[in-house]
Parts: sequence; C-alpha cells; structure tokens
Amino acid sequence: MTEFIQTIVNGLTTGCLYALIALGYTMVYGVLKLLNFAHGDVYMVGAFIGYFVMHWFGGPTAIVIPVPLLLLIMFAVASIGCGLLGVAMERFAYRPLRDAPRIAPLITALGISFMLENTVLLLFGGFTRSYQTESFVSISSGIHLGGVTIDTVQIMIIVVSLLMMLGLQQIVHRTTLGKSMRAVASDREAAEMLGINVNRTIALTFFIGSAMAGVAGVMSGLAFDQITNTIGFLAGLKAFTAAVVGGIGSVPGAMIGGIVIGLCESFSLSYISTEYSDLIVFGILILVMLVRPQGIFGRPPLQKV
Amino acid sequence: MSEAADDSPSIGVDQWVARSGDRRDQGSGWRKLLGQAESRIGWWQRLALVTLFGLIVGQLLNNVNVQTVAFNSLLYAILSLGLNIAVGWAGLLDLGYIAFFGFGAYGYAVFSSTAFGSDGSGGAHLPAIESIPIVLVAAGIVGAIIGLIALRLSGDYLAIVTLFVGQAFMEVVNNVDPGTLGGVNGLYGLDPLHSFGGKIESPLGFYYLALIITAALAAIMHLLDTSRTGRAWRALRDDPLAAAAMTIPVKKLKVMAFSFGAIVGALAGTLFAAQQDTVFPTNFTANVLILIYACLVLGGVGSIAGAIMGGLVVTIGEQMLSSPNDAGYLFYGLILIALVVRIRPWRKLGAVLAGVLAIGFAAHGIVSAISSSAVAGSPGSGGWIGSALRDYVIVPANPATYGNILYVVLICALVAIVRLHGNRRLLAVIPTVYIAACCWESRLIVNPSITTQIMIGAILIVTMAARPQGLLGTARVETVQP
Repeated sequence: MTEFIQTIVNGLTTGCLYALIALGYTMVYGVLKLLNFAHGDVYMVGAFIGYFVMHWFGGPTAIVIPVPLLLLIMFAVASIGCGLLGVAMERFAYRPLRDAPRIAPLITALGISFMLENTVLLLFGGFTRSYQTESFVSISSGIHLGGVTIDTVQIMIIVVSLLMMLGLQQIVHRTTLGKSMRAVASDREAAEMLGINVNRTIALTFFIGSAMAGVAGVMSGLAFDQITNTIGFLAGLKAFTAAVVGGIGSVPGAMIGGIVIGLCESFSLSYISTEYSDLIVFGILILVMLVRPQGIFGRPPLQKV
Repeated sequence: MSEAADDSPSIGVDQWVARSGDRRDQGSGWRKLLGQAESRIGWWQRLALVTLFGLIVGQLLNNVNVQTVAFNSLLYAILSLGLNIAVGWAGLLDLGYIAFFGFGAYGYAVFSSTAFGSDGSGGAHLPAIESIPIVLVAAGIVGAIIGLIALRLSGDYLAIVTLFVGQAFMEVVNNVDPGTLGGVNGLYGLDPLHSFGGKIESPLGFYYLALIITAALAAIMHLLDTSRTGRAWRALRDDPLAAAAMTIPVKKLKVMAFSFGAIVGALAGTLFAAQQDTVFPTNFTANVLILIYACLVLGGVGSIAGAIMGGLVVTIGEQMLSSPNDAGYLFYGLILIALVVRIRPWRKLGAVLAGVLAIGFAAHGIVSAISSSAVAGSPGSGGWIGSALRDYVIVPANPATYGNILYVVLICALVAIVRLHGNRRLLAVIPTVYIAACCWESRLIVNPSITTQIMIGAILIVTMAARPQGLLGTARVETVQP
C-alpha cells in the first residue's frame, strides 16, 4: 500500500512536468495547427539556463543568495530565455511557412530541434551535468506520512505547476490576449478580419508555451539531477503523447493528459519493468489514437472543404 | 526524368502552369538547342547514361575509403528513394522510416550470423538470395501494419506516432532478447553477401551492387510514379478529401505507401548490414533519420532524380566536412556560390567581396597591433586555405570560448540578415561572412561531427524557407489551406 501511494506521488510529480511541456504543444497546435517538434528541446534549453544561473550565483555548494530567491531567479531567467527562444523560432522559421504545405513546417521543426540539440552540444559539450540539488535544498525535509515521502522538490513541482496551470487558465479565459488566442485558434482569417493582431497573438502564444517548458526544464533538473543535450527528445515525445491523450488543442486536456502519462509511467516503472516503460507509454498513445483519436477533452475535428 | 519535358498532356499537371515554365526556360541560342536535345532523350536512356557513368566512376575508384564513401552515398540515395514514396508522393510524414532501415539490417543480420544458434555456434546462415526476400516481405508486412495504425491519423499525429515507432524499434533491439538481437552490443561477424556459390566482400563489389540496385529502383520508381498508383498518391497528397470524393481508395493507398517505403528501407538495411559486417542499435538513431530527411529535402521532395542527388550530395558533403583539408572547399565554396547567386548586379557582388576581404585584413591588423596573443592561434583549416587565411581570420591561442561566442553572434547576424533588405542587407553580409569565417576556423572545423549535424539541421530549415522544392524538385501549385 505504501509503495502504491508512493508510486502515485512520483507519477503526479513527473506528470506535472509533462503537463507543463504538453501545454506548450497544445497551445501552439491550437493557434497554428503546427506540431512544434522543437518544443522538447526548448525544455532542454530551460534546464541548461537554470543550471548556468545556479552556477552564476556561486554553484550548488556555495550559493551566495537565499535559496528561495535563487529558485525564483532560475525560474524567471529560464522562462524569459526560453520564451524569447520560442518567439525567435516562430518569427524566423515558422512564420515564413504559414501558408506552405503542411509538411514544410514539420520538416523545419525537425531541423530546429536538431540544430538546438547540437548547438548546445557544441557550446557546452556532451557530458552529463549534475544540478546537485541535495547540496542546497534539504530534499528529505518534506512531508512524511507513514512510509510515504513527498520530498521538497516534489512539493515545489506540484505547487508551481498547479499555479502556472491556473494562471494559464486565467489568461486563456479572462484576458483579451486569451480571447484573441481562442479566436485565432478557431479561425485565423476571420480573427484577422476582426482586427485581432494575429502575428502578435501567435508570438505571445509561443512565448507563454516556451516559458512554461523552460520552467519545466529547471524543475526537472532539480528533481532528476542530471541534464544533457539530449533530454529534450524523449520528454518532448511523452509530453506530446500527454497532449494527444488529453485532446490536442485543449488546455485542461493537456494537464490531465500529462498526469495520466506520468502515472502510467511511474506505475510501469515500479510494477512492470523499467526497460519497457517507454514502450508502455507508446502503447497508450496507440490505444488512445485508435479508440478516441480526439483525446479525452478534445472535440472531433470538423473537416472543412 | 522530369515530367513536363514531353509535350503530350500529362495527368495531374496543370497545362498552363507547365507551359509557363517551358516558355521561360526554353530561352534562345545554345540553351534552346541543349533543351531540345535533352527533351529527345527518354528517361530510360538518361538512366542508362547515368548508370554507365557510375560504372566508369567505379573503375576509377582505387582507394578503399573512397569506395566506401561511394557505397554510402548510394545507400543514402536508396534510403531517400524509399522515404520519397511516403513523404514525397503520398504526403505522409513518416518519421518511423529509420525503423524499417534497422529492421532490414537486423533481419539480414539474424539470418546471416550465429544469432539463432546456441553458444556462439550454429545459426541460420542463409544465402542472401533467401534471406533478403524473407526480410523484405516481412518488412512490407510490418510496414502495412504500421500503415493500418496510421490510417486513423492525419498529418501531424501520424508524424509523432511514427516517431514513436522509431523509438520503439530502438527499445526493442536494445532490450528485448539480447541473446538473439545482441542488445547494446549489436550483432557482429556476419557472413559476407553470398549466393549461388559466389560472394561479395570488397567495398568495390558493394559499390557496384548498390549502383545496380539504385538504377533498378530508379526505374521502378519512375514506372510507379507515372502509373495509376503514382498519380493516385499525388492526388492523395494534394487533397485527401477530394481524392476520396473521386473514389480513389485512400486507405489502401496509404497502407501501400508505407509498405513500399518499408520494403525499400529494409533493402537498404540489408545492404548496409552486409557491407558493415556488424549492426548496432546506434546505427538507427533519430540522427540518421534526420540525415535521410536532409538528403530527400535537399534533393527535392517528390523527385526521383532529386532523391538520388540528395543522397550523393549529403554523404559526400559529410565526408568532406570530416577532413580539415577538404572542409574549407565546401564551406567557402558554399558561401561564394550563395553570394554569386544571390547578389546582382556584378558590381555589387564585387564590392561585397572586396569588403569581405578588406574587413578581415583590417580587423586582423588592428587586433594584432593591440594584442599579439589574440591572434596567436592558427586557422583550423589545413592545406593552402589554412595558410592563406593565417593573416585574415582572428583566432586566439585558446579558441573554444571565443568560437562559442562567435557562433552565437553568427546565428544572430544570420537572423538579422533575413530581416534586412536592399543595401542594408548587402552591408550586413560583409561582417557576417567574416564572422562566419572566424567562427569556422576557430570552432566549427575543430568539431566536424557536431558541425555536420548543425549543418544538416540548417539544410532542413534553409531549404524549406528558401526553396521548398529542393534542388531538382518541381514547385507545386498549392491550394490555400483552409
């Protein structure tokens, strides 16, 4: 029973991270109908930015400012850096291809993903870097209930993710920006005719999505300790699965999908096999595709002629 | 092998659009004569000429390394021909293609080694004439199954599911049954390609085999392309809904495209395994997939000649990049070609080139006057290029950090050039080329493998933005997306 609850806790934590990345996928897909393969690599860049910010402030063993402030700065810098990266990507790679055949931006996205991965490899080397979280955050002083432990980093991940998701929900449903995002998602041309600045809306969507991926990158660095230039590929793939399971284009769907994928992964890790956990996630994707292609929250797409 | 060359009306090509190209391209004088001569040669005559050329080239290759490169370039040509079926004709973004390549390689490997035996002896050891057809049929069936899954999915979903197929393949060969598939250590000590008592072992033999297979595939592809099925695929690509309304069997065609692509990919895999003598899981990573995509996209999605051309160009380019003496020709040659093609008229081009030279020597002079250690390093290029650039580029004694900064600056400068227009762009080109040269000599050429990957990524992005039809493809008239 203890192991069962612990597995749920672990699954929730990774699930929150997947959900944060999935939100970027789903938002971009919503407004542009574009699958941004490079999104997983934005997450990787976020993890690297967080790492270098931490080293800027003295490194894991000799941090010169209070730790909560450091974490806040790490999140802020990573989200702004990744957000700008996302905007640049949209502006220079995707915008010229907006009216191109569907396959063109996908190939561009592959190219961007490949370039980001190898640029980080060129600049920072291919070795594994360690956040060494335990030397500046007292991880073990979390919540202990019976045999179940929710450590500090896990609490932080869950709280920060929930806050960000709530914030995003507010942005999408309560602000003018959110309104224009929804308008662009439902019909770009009509939105443009009604005076919505489509380019600005799309750029901001990229900014918000990439910023969340950046925060997820920093948190995954804190939680899983090790980062390399290749962590983006698999994380991006699973986050995309989360977005699809929840129903791509739907914001609550991405959150639920992320948590579902996180739980599946953690259960298959502790109860079935460590080696096949990726295959199991893949199996879920196939199953969802076959049974309910529009996902849990998605509406079946209307095909316009 | 272009379709619009003959005058007979062809289905699927808008006549006016086709003719407008002719009107412009026909030109006058020797160009017209050459064009007329070209249009009289049929596709199979061209193919025979190219194959003959390939045979003659084979006679001239006397170095084992060069023979291997020649084989690899044909291997990638075959791979991009196979990818072209699903991606170029049927318009299905198949990111699991690498799994079929791997499937073919592993299939050949288990039938030609001790994999099925016990304690390192025994095993199937089938001759190639038996093992390769088995593997190809199996690949076709697996491809059809994945195609069946893909039926439910459109465009982007399909891409990600097939990407997962590639990932799943890696998981399977790494983890499932290490006794048979070798796990991370792969399979080694495969039999040479043998049948009917004869066998192929030398790189040159494999080159000729690959040449024959490429030529045969090109012929099959051409027949397929101009067949009813080929036309139906293109209809499916351009508008699936309209194709379905025209009673084209969309589902069957999608499964066929996957299946055919899988067979060609697996064929390339068997060749690869036989030539390498070993297979490792790392031969089939996403990097290789993107390399194949780069071949196809550069050559021209949907074009047979383009797919072959792309395979040759990318593989030879990759090989040139890994040698410090040759990489310079490729890099500076590309810059020069880009400048010559893009900058008109000639006097502006002259001014830009003069500016590029002047700014370099001036910057080198100024920096060396300020601090001699800032120019203490030597260019990464070897040969005469390296010595010619010694007093041109600024390379400090320890160039790693400096090169990294330059790389970031270079990316920013390239992005800025896209935004500028007219004379400002010309002005911005001058320092950018110089930064590129400095960055190249101090950082990029020192890490040829990473540089190759970055350039492959750049090929994908730049081709899609600047010339989506690739080198040899024909531009498609697109309907506006809903």
